[in-house]
Amino acid sequence: MNTSNNNTSEGNINLNFENDTLYLKDSLLIGDLDFWIPSILAEIKKNPNAIIKINLDNLTRIDSAGVAALFYLQGKLSKLNKNLQISGGSQSIRKKLDLFSYQKSPATKKKEKISIFEFIGDRFLNLYYQYITSYFTLAADIIFWSVTDIFKPKAHRKGEFYNQAVHIGVNAVFIICTLSFIIGLVIALQSAAQLRNFGANIFIVDLIVISMMREMGPLITAILVAGRSGSAIAAEIATMKVTSELDAIKTMALNPIRFVIVPKIHGSVVTVPFLTILADAMGILGGMLIAYLYLDIGPNVFINRMGETIYNKDILIGILKSLIFAVLIVLTGSYFGLSVKEGAEGVGKVTTLAVVVAISIVIVADSIIGLIFY
Amino acid sequence: MPEKIIEVRGLNVTFGDRRILHNVSFEAYKGEVTVILGESGSGKTTILKHLLGLYSIREGYVSILDKDINEIDEAEQKQLYLQMGVFYQNGGLLNSLTVGENVSLPLEQHTNLELDLIKQIVSAKLQLVNLTDVFDLFPSQLSGGMLKRAALARAMVMDPVLLFCDEPGSGLDPVSLASLDKLILNLREQLGMSIVIITHQVSSILRIADRVVFIDKGRIIFSGKLKEALENQNMRVHNFFHIG
Repeated sequence: MNTSNNNTSEGNINLNFENDTLYLKDSLLIGDLDFWIPSILAEIKKNPNAIIKINLDNLTRIDSAGVAALFYLQGKLSKLNKNLQISGGSQSIRKKLDLFSYQKSPATKKKEKISIFEFIGDRFLNLYYQYITSYFTLAADIIFWSVTDIFKPKAHRKGEFYNQAVHIGVNAVFIICTLSFIIGLVIALQSAAQLRNFGANIFIVDLIVISMMREMGPLITAILVAGRSGSAIAAEIATMKVTSELDAIKTMALNPIRFVIVPKIHGSVVTVPFLTILADAMGILGGMLIAYLYLDIGPNVFINRMGETIYNKDILIGILKSLIFAVLIVLTGSYFGLSVKEGAEGVGKVTTLAVVVAISIVIVADSIIGLIFY
Repeated sequence: MPEKIIEVRGLNVTFGDRRILHNVSFEAYKGEVTVILGESGSGKTTILKHLLGLYSIREGYVSILDKDINEIDEAEQKQLYLQMGVFYQNGGLLNSLTVGENVSLPLEQHTNLELDLIKQIVSAKLQLVNLTDVFDLFPSQLSGGMLKRAALARAMVMDPVLLFCDEPGSGLDPVSLASLDKLILNLREQLGMSIVIITHQVSSILRIADRVVFIDKGRIIFSGKLKEALENQNMRVHNFFHIG
């Protein structure tokens, strides 16, 4: 048995050791623990047999942190193969001990270590089953109903197609025209100096017209529509899901895909090609301005040359791209909207994802179409 | 014994590794108000979503209006939905439509009635739930109580045989809750509907329930008449009614 007698005090706490017992007095509260625990641990370090009993007879107040500290100490000593006994204490103190008694949380399973190849394979399978298959399943469903419902106007609400056409198309006219004009202008400006060096001023027309009609027009339109309407579609559908609106539609014996998504597909497929044509025209107009200001190519010359440069194929490829992009943007927005799991936070997440993925898919699709129709 | 309108037998539901419902079995009868009650997180809404066919049933048998909902095809499911009304916890009204458009939606989509007639039916239903002058308002412009009543009007616009209500009183003050309960009882009397209500509000249960199904941690611990529930000696059931 240890024979040390030691009395230290700080704040409300008196550490009163007698033989191997620590007598606690007054209170053991959360504010005392900063001093109490290090002092006791120091005592145990100095002399491992210093404390094997704690007596609570003179303790008048204890809180949950105080109880936790007692059990923490018990745990520390058990690692040194010592069984710390906690004894005494009034009825209210014993009640607190029972109430806040330390329970070990169930041990969490250790994650099995897997190799890098297993990890990559696992991730790929997860991506395939969780995203790719469900995306294509939804796409098949949406495309089926979009085609079927062209001939069944009663499948969705009257005026819904018009609303979507205005939201997706008409409201985007100003921003698409402005940005396309600026992009056409910038492309022409950057090329003008180079072309002038080679005396190839007139080829500014070919450059602007072909790049706008085949590539930049459809792409700028799609990226802007994805940013504007793709995000709005994802947010709208996700909110409808978390507020049970989609469940309500389903239990009213209506099909949420036909009722909510198909009008968006129709609105988008009709308006995005028109937006693309506008973007082409505005981009060319920007290029025409630079050609006139920097390369002395007047509008008449520009327009005459344009006629020689454009082929039907270029126009049709641009329109085909815009139709495909229109469907992809609505599909992606709808897919992420429907995939929302949690509340408001989930809506934000899927909206961001919808925009990022829609723009990425549009760019990939653009390059594939570009390769096919090169 | 009145005719069975809902029968659930041995319904087990698991989400991932978590078992949500354990061998759930109960019945609801025609013309009665059946309350599925229990604490938050006990599995009440999961049962409702299975009854409504929003979740597919992996294990167990659920029959509604004599139809095994695991066996029915899409057309039969649609017919079943047309005989049911659902009143969602947060209303479930479409925010992009006005109250009038919301309530008339099922009529517009499933009937060939003239628009004027649809408007008349909708006005009558709105009047029945004590809502006037809200036809052209959007759901966001209504108070909590008005929103609930508008949702109730939509749920019964097709005169359903069976009405489901998910936590109808949540977020309402005691006076509004009492008036909503009275409204539900009136509808039962006037339209002869069978009603299934999910709730944990004792005052409401005591006012409206004919039969109660008590669920605790995914298990049915009592199913029977309200009077029997009040006298039941099971500690959880007793505490719920007498202490909770």
